[in-house]
Amino acid sequence: MEQIRAIWRYGIKVGIIGGIVLILTALIGMIEVFTQRQIIADVVSMGHALYLAAGLFICYLAAERTTPAKPLWIISNSMFAGLTTAFFLVLLIILGRHVNLRLMFINASDLLLNNLLTFGVQGNDGLRLLLIAGMGVGLFTGLFYLLPKFLRTVILWSLAGSAFAGVLQELIRPILANNFPDVISEWLLTSDGLTLKGALSIFIFIALIVISWSIKGGGIRQGWQGLPKKQQSTWRTIGTIILLAVILIAPWRLGLFMSEVMTIVGLYVLLGLGLNIVVGYAGLLDLGYVAFFAIGAYVTALITSPEIMNLNWSFWSAIPFAIFFGILAGVLLGVPVLKMRGDYLAIATMGFGEIIRLLVLSDALRPFLGGSQGIGQIAKPQVLGFVFKGPQEIYYLIVAGCMLVIFVSWRLKDSRIGRAWKAMREDEDVAQAMGINLVSNKLLAFGTGAGFAALSGVIFGSKIGSIYPHSFNIMVSINIVCLIIFGGIGSIPGVIVGAAALIGLPELLREFAEYRFLVYGIALVVMMLIRPEGLWPEEAHKRELHEDKTNEATG
Amino acid sequence: MALLEVKNINVYYGKIHALKDLSLNVDKGEIVTLIGANGAGKSTTLKTLSGILKPRSGSVQLEGDELTRYPAHQIVTRGMIHVPEGRRIFGRLTVQENLEMGAFTVKNEQLNRTNLTKVFDIFPRLKERRKQLGGTLSGGEQQMLAMGRAMMSNPKVLFLDEPSMGLAPVLVDSIFENVRQMHASGMTILLVEQNARIALQVASRGYVLQTGSIALADTAANLQTNEMVRKVYMGEA
Ligand SMILES: Nc1ncnc2c1ncn2[C@@H]1O[C@H](COP(=O)(O)OP(=O)(O)O)[C@@H](O)[C@H]1O
Ligand SMILES: [Mg+2]
Repeated sequence: MEQIRAIWRYGIKVGIIGGIVLILTALIGMIEVFTQRQIIADVVSMGHALYLAAGLFICYLAAERTTPAKPLWIISNSMFAGLTTAFFLVLLIILGRHVNLRLMFINASDLLLNNLLTFGVQGNDGLRLLLIAGMGVGLFTGLFYLLPKFLRTVILWSLAGSAFAGVLQELIRPILANNFPDVISEWLLTSDGLTLKGALSIFIFIALIVISWSIKGGGIRQGWQGLPKKQQSTWRTIGTIILLAVILIAPWRLGLFMSEVMTIVGLYVLLGLGLNIVVGYAGLLDLGYVAFFAIGAYVTALITSPEIMNLNWSFWSAIPFAIFFGILAGVLLGVPVLKMRGDYLAIATMGFGEIIRLLVLSDALRPFLGGSQGIGQIAKPQVLGFVFKGPQEIYYLIVAGCMLVIFVSWRLKDSRIGRAWKAMREDEDVAQAMGINLVSNKLLAFGTGAGFAALSGVIFGSKIGSIYPHSFNIMVSINIVCLIIFGGIGSIPGVIVGAAALIGLPELLREFAEYRFLVYGIALVVMMLIRPEGLWPEEAHKRELHEDKTNEATG
Repeated sequence: MALLEVKNINVYYGKIHALKDLSLNVDKGEIVTLIGANGAGKSTTLKTLSGILKPRSGSVQLEGDELTRYPAHQIVTRGMIHVPEGRRIFGRLTVQENLEMGAFTVKNEQLNRTNLTKVFDIFPRLKERRKQLGGTLSGGEQQMLAMGRAMMSNPKVLFLDEPSMGLAPVLVDSIFENVRQMHASGMTILLVEQNARIALQVASRGYVLQTGSIALADTAANLQTNEMVRKVYMGEA
């Protein structure tokens, strides 16, 4: 008896945590907002999917930690977790009947409490349904946990794939519409979410891919490694060419909305790669990075717009000036903070970012910088009469910028400077003792990063046509730091993946907008727990974080 | 003239007068030791020689070249390398990468290869662990790595700050055996130690540092028999 209590205690504990988390998710309005988007039309909304996914996750945790790991214990533990979670929600609903929760939680609407949380069933039947559903989810998870690992992988991938397809319908719709016969689009999508048969087909399709990969995958990998070096490199070149071609035709195949999203992601990739040099390569945590972005944009505005200086120079002539002033500002910021490390550096640079924003906002400088009105009529880039005006054209400019910056980052990484940065990042004092000039290398890092940011500023200014101080607030810097950490500090592909995940996805899912930073926070915490090296880490970092495991395995 | 000549340096931490008119010299091919109690100013001396601290007065000359006017990183290029107290290896880089960092100032690839062979000859353990991360090495291995990394900078003089610190007695012996081998391979070494007994066994000459000034200077053999040294630094009654 004692032992049995001990087993359930964990399930209940996890359930309590899960219940509280779900209550909070509901009370901040996330579930209600997300129910507005259908994943499978008229069957599952994103809110309910989130709700169920959270339940599954909680029960899975309970199942995983069950000791002794006997099937019956696992299932009952998992069911207990589900039941406890549901019980907390029931308490919330009952409380909501007697107390007006909206006094404190504006999102605790009647619709949420008496309809959404109970899957549309009202009254006490709803509460009963909720408890049964909790147990049901627990039972399902427990059984799922007991499946062989292979089946679990297949189901998990397929479920995640279908959910993703539903969530990203905005992305899929134009791809299907522009490139494939209408039948496919009609089979998979309604105007609002996936069709049931569509979701099922995706589920089966992904399952087939995962299964065939696990059967054939090893063979393919071996075959690849068995290929002579020369063939490998030809295939690689072919792959690169295809990738390039896809990148180049993408805006015309994906349509206006996706092109817009891609240009935004691209700008963040540019910014991220620049900051990656400062934070990732040289290990200097710079939170005022947006300042250089602002400088690039403002220099472009001043030079090309008729509004303040009335120079009306071309977009192209603005680039060298913007980059020059960006680098200059980077170096000037670098000098006073040379001796600062870690958190002190972060605070000092953050201050610098705010100073620049306040300068461009200030009334005193309005005649020179436009104040809160900003500066408009910034020139669009032109080549031989061709004007880069819409997102589909600007896209190419950004791709070109990204390629340049990727190339520079890549060359820097293995250069002498790159090695100096690496040593500085690991231990400044020792780096100096190895003969590395800290002053020049730090300034180089600040300058290079700032130059890249200024370049993004040029493109940004020209893309949106008029700039305002509020576009350059500290959240931009924080977004960039987040995407770098998320993708993998110091890694070039990591920046791209990080920008796509943290900037691109929220653009595709407007429902997220309000909860953007909450989602960032959760994503980062989860990331730090399960994959601390980031999505696509740099080699050295990956090694370090997994060394414990490999050591245990070998030693 | 000696390879390294230090004359009357005075170093301050704010108002604390840490080194008082300290002079010493090291000849080419020697192992010279600087022994002293905790807080005597041994590390301060090495930090001053390697340019991390600037003396208020006095001179540090390597082959007649006045070094106090150079920033720390340029002193490495001129041939003096410092193995700091507590090893300070790059924990997240591999052994190989650590050694490469040591050769940062050496642009001659041929020379780097010869130096690497030398390092691996003296420290075969490092060769075995080439791909391992520095941070996962044992204390003794980290000390080896720190010394090997310093050798990679192809120095004229190598400063060793308390290599015995925090190591078990067996390991201390093997580290000092390595110091001997480094010397045999042609290194000139200035060795700072609290452990006077073992330091005087490998060194040819020694200085005794007391609260920032040199109290005694003599050959290692004489210092070993000096009554004060035996009493104060070797703990004999
Ligand atoms: N950064 C510092 N600031 C102030 N005083 C210091 C500093 N470093 C060392 N000291 C003082 O200088 C003296 C010599 O220190 P140190 O050279 O580290 O001694 P040792 O290496 O011989 O143990 C000590 O009294 C110590 O407290
Ligand atoms: Mg010391």
